[in-house]
Amino acid sequence: MLTKGTVKGIISNLVIVEADGPVAQNEIAYIEHEGTRLMAEVIKIEGKNASVQVFESTRGLKVGSKAEFQGHMLEVVLGPGLLQRNLDGLENDLDKMEGIFLRRGEYTFPLDEEKLWHFKPIAKEGDKVKAGSWLGEVDENFQPHKIMVPFTMKGEYRIKKIIGEGDYNIYEKIAVVEDLEGNVTELNMIQRWPVKIPITEYSEKPRPFKLLETGVRAIDTLNPIVEGGTGFIPGAFGTGKTVLQHSISKQAEADIVIIAACGERANEVVEIFTEFPELVDPHTGRKLMERTIIVANTSNMPVAAREASVYTAMTIGEYYRSMGLKVLLMADSTSRWAQALREMSNRLEELPGPDAFPMDLSSIISNFYGRAGHVTLNNGEEGSITFIGTVSPAGGNLKEPVTENTKKVARCFYALEQDRADKKRYPAINPIDSYSKYFEYPEFEDYISREVSEDWTKKVSEIKTRLLRGKEISEQINILGDDGVPVEYHITFWKSEFIDYIILQQDAFDEIDSVTSIERQKNILDLVTEVCRTKFEFDKFTDVADFFKELINIGRQMNYSEFESENFNGYVKQLREMVSNYQLSATNA
Amino acid sequence: MAKAFQKIYTKITQITKATCTVKATGVGYDELATVEGKLAQVVKIIDDEVTLQIFEGTEGIPTNAEVIFMGKSPSLKVSDQLAGRFFNAYGDPIDGGPVPEGEERAIGGPSVNPVRRKQPSELIATGIAGIDLNNTLVSGQKIPFFADPDQPFNQVMATVALRAETDKIILGGMGMTNDDYLYFKKVFSNAGALDRIISFMNTTEDPAVERLLVPDMALTAAEYFAVDKNEKVLVLLTDMTSYADALSIVSNRMDQIPSKDSMPGSLYSDLAKIYEKAAQFPSGGSITIVAVTTLSGGDITHAVPDNTGYITEGQLFLRLDSDVGRVIVDPFRSLSRLKQNVQGKKTREDHPQVMNAAVRLYADAANAKTKMENGFDLTDYDTRTLSFAKDYSKELLAIDVNLDTVEMLDKTWELLSEHFKPSEVNMKQELVDQYWKK
Repeated sequence: MLTKGTVKGIISNLVIVEADGPVAQNEIAYIEHEGTRLMAEVIKIEGKNASVQVFESTRGLKVGSKAEFQGHMLEVVLGPGLLQRNLDGLENDLDKMEGIFLRRGEYTFPLDEEKLWHFKPIAKEGDKVKAGSWLGEVDENFQPHKIMVPFTMKGEYRIKKIIGEGDYNIYEKIAVVEDLEGNVTELNMIQRWPVKIPITEYSEKPRPFKLLETGVRAIDTLNPIVEGGTGFIPGAFGTGKTVLQHSISKQAEADIVIIAACGERANEVVEIFTEFPELVDPHTGRKLMERTIIVANTSNMPVAAREASVYTAMTIGEYYRSMGLKVLLMADSTSRWAQALREMSNRLEELPGPDAFPMDLSSIISNFYGRAGHVTLNNGEEGSITFIGTVSPAGGNLKEPVTENTKKVARCFYALEQDRADKKRYPAINPIDSYSKYFEYPEFEDYISREVSEDWTKKVSEIKTRLLRGKEISEQINILGDDGVPVEYHITFWKSEFIDYIILQQDAFDEIDSVTSIERQKNILDLVTEVCRTKFEFDKFTDVADFFKELINIGRQMNYSEFESENFNGYVKQLREMVSNYQLSATNA
Repeated sequence: MAKAFQKIYTKITQITKATCTVKATGVGYDELATVEGKLAQVVKIIDDEVTLQIFEGTEGIPTNAEVIFMGKSPSLKVSDQLAGRFFNAYGDPIDGGPVPEGEERAIGGPSVNPVRRKQPSELIATGIAGIDLNNTLVSGQKIPFFADPDQPFNQVMATVALRAETDKIILGGMGMTNDDYLYFKKVFSNAGALDRIISFMNTTEDPAVERLLVPDMALTAAEYFAVDKNEKVLVLLTDMTSYADALSIVSNRMDQIPSKDSMPGSLYSDLAKIYEKAAQFPSGGSITIVAVTTLSGGDITHAVPDNTGYITEGQLFLRLDSDVGRVIVDPFRSLSRLKQNVQGKKTREDHPQVMNAAVRLYADAANAKTKMENGFDLTDYDTRTLSFAKDYSKELLAIDVNLDTVEMLDKTWELLSEHFKPSEVNMKQELVDQYWKK
C-alpha cells in the first residue's frame, strides 16, 4: 500500500509532508491541490517529516493538503517513439499539452500509444536472456530500435514465447520470459528506469578513440572529440556557446542527438524546434529532427524539474546506447543545473560550500560525466554516448566551482574567449588554452593516421605551435612597436593570422562554411601547412600585412565555395600563385 | 476592507524589518493579506505559523495587529481600459482616473509552453544605426541596456519605444526617480502616444519591496494585450538592478544564505521568470522587453548584469566616444542574439557581412589607436582605419542618428569604399561586386 501524507509547511517549492508510513529518499510523491496533482520528489527525511521539492509552482497550496507517495523514484518511460519528441525535464510530451501556457499538474505520456511498429524478432524461443538483451527491433525513423529485456530485471531468464514479425503497438505482449524458478514475466515494448541510476548493462567500457566529426574545424582539426568522449564549453555570455552547441548538434556524425536545454532561453529551443524539422542531416540526407530528442526545461520552467532534465536526457541516451547506437548528448547549460541544486540546498538550510553551492557538487558532476562513454555491450556490439556540456561561469571567471569541478572530469576543454568574440572571430574557441586529452591517446593517433592521414597529428601540432608563436610575437609587437621587431617576426605573426582566419574562424551561418567534412579539413590543413612552411622575403613589414591580407581574403573566398567546385579550385590556384610569387627562391623552411 | 465572512487574525508571534509571522489556518501559499491595512504576501507556512512579507515595511506594526487574508495572490484587472493609464506597483491608478474594470488575473502566471512559441522574426526598426545595423532588435526579444547611471539610457529607451511600430508600450518603473518618471510621461504625451502607454510605477519615494510587483504587473498587462488581443507589445523595464536590490533585501531578511554579491541564490531563476515572458505568440501577438540594468562602474561581472546577460538575448552598451564627442552604441560589447533572424532576411542580403566587416575594421582602428597612444608609428592602413572609425562613429553609431536600414547599409558601403580597398574588407566577392562604390 502506498504511504500517504499531509502537508505541514510550504517555503516556495519546498514542501514539508508528514508521512504515515515508510518513505524513501528521492521517492516521488503527488500533492493534491484543488483537483490537480503536483509532482514532487523527496529530498530530505527527518522523523515523520519528508521534505519534498515540488516540480511546479506551489501558489495557493495550503497546510493540510493530502499527499501520496508513489513507491518509486523519478523514472522515465523508454520505448520506441522517443525520437523527434519535444519533452520537458520530467519527460512529458510538450506537444500533447493544451493551450499556450503550461498548466500546473498537467502530465502527458511521452510516447505514441496507438502507433503500430513493425517488429522483427531477434531472439528466439529458448534463448537465455538478461537485462538489456535484444529481443527484437522496430524501425524508428530509420534507426534500428532494439526492444530489450527491461534493465530492471535482475538475473537470467529463458524466452518462453516471442511474437512473430508484425505490426504492434507499444503495449502488445511481444515476449514471455521465465526465470530459473519458473516465474513468468510478460514483456511489451516499453520499460521504465529511475533517471538518477546509471544503466550499466554492458561488458566493458574501453578508452574511446574514434573521431566524432562535428564539422567545426577548431574542434575536429585542433582539439578533436571522440565517440564516447566528454567535453565542456565554458564561456561568458555573448561568446557564442549556444551557436557552437547548435552547430555541433546539427553537424555531428551521430545516430541520435539529445539536446537538454537546461535552464536556458526558450527562444533558443524554439530555434531548434523551427529549424531542425527543415534542416537536413549532412550524413544521411534525412531531416535532422528525425534523429533528435529535445529535453526542454527552459529558465522560466520550474527549477526542480531543471535538475531532473539532465538526468532524463542522460537516461534516454543510455537507453539508445544499449541498442548499439552512437548518441551525442548536449546539455546547455550545466551551470543552471548546478544553480538548481544550490537553490534547493539553500532552502534546506544546508551548510553551503564555495559560492553557496552544495558541498557534494563535485561528486554530482563527476558521477554525471561518468555516465557517458563508449561501451561494449554484452552481445559484443558497441555503443557510445558523447557528452558535451556548456558551463556559464559567473562573471566569465573560470575559477568558480562549476567550471573547476567540470574541468576535473571532462576530457575536452573548449575555452570560449571574450576577446575573440569581441573581435567577431567566431567560433571564439581559444586555440591555445583549449585542449583535447584524446589528441594524446595513442589509440586516437593510430585511428586518425589510418583514417585521415599519416602526418595528421604532426601537422596539427605544428599549427598549434605556430599559433602560440604568433600570439607571443603579437604581444612583443604591442610592446615594441611594428618597427621594433624584425620583419621575420611579422611574417611569423601573419602566418598565425592566416591559420586563424582560414582554419579557426568559421561562419556558422553560411551554408557551406558552417560545416567542413574531415576530407576538406585535411585539404585545408595541408594547404595551410604548405603556406606556413614557405619561406617568404619582404622588405618592409607593411608589405607583409598587405600580402597576407590578400592571401586571407582568397582563403576565405575558398572557404565559402563548395568543396572541389570550379570556384574552389580557382581560389586554391590563385592562392598558390600568390605564394609562389613571393616565395624566397624555392626552398622550404 | 474586511468582508463579512473574512476571519481576522491578531496573534502575531514574530516581527522582523520586512516580515511578520502570525498564527493562522487555511492560508494558501503566495496569498495576499493586509496587516494593519498594509499589503503583505505569504512567503512561508509552517503548521499554523504563517510568515508574511509586508511590502511597505513593518514600521509601527504591533503584535496585536489585524491580519486579514484575501484568499488570492496578487492580481490585476485586465481590459482595454488599462490603455493610457498610470498605476502604482499594486495596480492602483495614480493619475486620478477611475479604477479600471476587467477580468481579474493573478500576476506572475504560468510560462508559455516552449513548443507553442514562434521563432521571433520581425524586425523592430528604431532608426538608431548602432541598434538596427549592428544589433538588430526582433519582436519577442528581451534585451537590456547595460549602462552606468549617468548615461542617457532612459532617453534612448524612450526613442526606441516611440519609433518602434508597436500597439502598446508598457512602462514598468522600479526605483525610478520622480524626475525620470515625469520625463517619460512628458515625452510620451508630446509624441501623442499616451493612449498606447500603460505605466506601473515605483519611484524612489515608494517603499523598495513594493517594486517586486512591478514587472509581473507590467507583464500581466502585456500578456493580456499580446495573447487576448494579438497586439504587439513593447515592455520597458527600468531599472532591473533596483528590482534585484529589493530581492536581496527580502532574502536577507528571510535569513537566506546569500550567493555572489549578496544576491539570493535564486537570482537567475527570479530574473529569468520575468525576461522569459518575452515571446512571439502563434496568433501574431508579441511581447518584446527592453530593460535597463544599471552597472556600478561599468562592472559587468557583478551578479545582476552577469545573470541578466545569460538570460537576455544580448545587451546594449552606450559609450561616450570622445573622438567625436557623441554617445554611441558600443559595437564591441553590444550584441543582439536574434539579429540573424532578420538580418539579410528581412533586411537587404548584404546586411550580415557589411555589419561584420565594419565592426572588424572598427576593431582594427581601436588597435591602431592603442599603437598611437603608445607612441608608435602608424602605417597607412592604421591611419585609414582611424579616419574610417571617426566617420563610422559620427554618421552611424551615434544615438541621435535616424536612418532606415537601406540608408544605413548604403552609408556603410560608402564609408568602406572611401577608406579601404575591396581586399581589405574580407567580404564575399559577389557582394563587393554589387555594392562597392566606385
